[in-house]
Amino acid sequence: MSKLIRFLPLVLFIALGVVLYRGLFLNPQAMPSAMIGKKLPAFSLTPVKDANVTFTEKDLKGDIVLLNVWGTWCPSCRFEHPYLLDLAKSNRFSLYGLNYDDERELAQEWLDKLGDPYVFSAFDDTGKLTVNLGVFAAPETFVIDHNGIIRKRYAGPIDARIWQKEFEPLIATIEAEKRKGT
Amino acid sequence: MLFIRVCLLTLASLTMFNVNASPVETYVFKDDVSQKRYQSLVKELRCPKCQNQNLADSNSQIAVDLRQEVYEMVELGKADSEIVNFMVERYGEFVLYRPKVSSLTYVLWFGPVVFLLIGVVIVIVMLRRKPKAQEKQELSTEQQDKLNQILKDK
Repeated sequence: MSKLIRFLPLVLFIALGVVLYRGLFLNPQAMPSAMIGKKLPAFSLTPVKDANVTFTEKDLKGDIVLLNVWGTWCPSCRFEHPYLLDLAKSNRFSLYGLNYDDERELAQEWLDKLGDPYVFSAFDDTGKLTVNLGVFAAPETFVIDHNGIIRKRYAGPIDARIWQKEFEPLIATIEAEKRKGT
Repeated sequence: MLFIRVCLLTLASLTMFNVNASPVETYVFKDDVSQKRYQSLVKELRCPKCQNQNLADSNSQIAVDLRQEVYEMVELGKADSEIVNFMVERYGEFVLYRPKVSSLTYVLWFGPVVFLLIGVVIVIVMLRRKPKAQEKQELSTEQQDKLNQILKDK
């Protein structure tokens, strides 16, 4: 018994080592969204390109909706922009934008110069919808299914690899669910 | 006289150019209680973007927006628990610097107590053992003779 106790510190040390070693590979920035499984919050915002009309959550039409949070102040948004233009060509989903904490002229210039992948981009300079969505930075992309339920929140820029890994399987799942009629 | 003037000028410049790193919004509260509630809330809520700062400390845009939300809710007379729930619903338990007691946080809340108890048990066990270890060790007659011999030689 006493001989076994002598090894107790070693065992504890190894256990601690394993825990801390695993911690090295965790991403402290990765946070699950509290919005998964909830409905898209109600909003009433003007689109970037026209200050005179108002859109609400009912205007996000499409079986599968991607909502991309962006801003001209966000370098990663610029990085993912070309890929969003590619995505916009697909007819499996509709891509909408949510312009966060920006200036309208700058946002318009961005869309004119770099191309506009969005059906429309809601202009949220006070961050109302952004806060309601639990967004904490840009870019973030939400996947909303045919029932209007938020299925996924991805924080960070999207490229082809991320799309294949993070989005493609979920889009396929939602399509299958839709065919089944759930 | 000149000395006093210089002193005053220095003092004035010190107060004028006082650099304050924390972001300042000029919110006007309807009463002192609201102001105190706002201040304690933004200290207890964590900024989701800059994860090791609270809302009061952070300069990030999302913290500015969230402070605005908290301010509006305080002015509307919402209860602290309502405001905290609003944040948790959107950002998850993560935003609480004082997490709620749940099966996920039992280790966090009760871990220290458990470790304290383990420590107390270990100390008690060791204290009880001590008299045993201190038992007198008798010299054998042979050893006693040897000792006597050495002492005599001196």
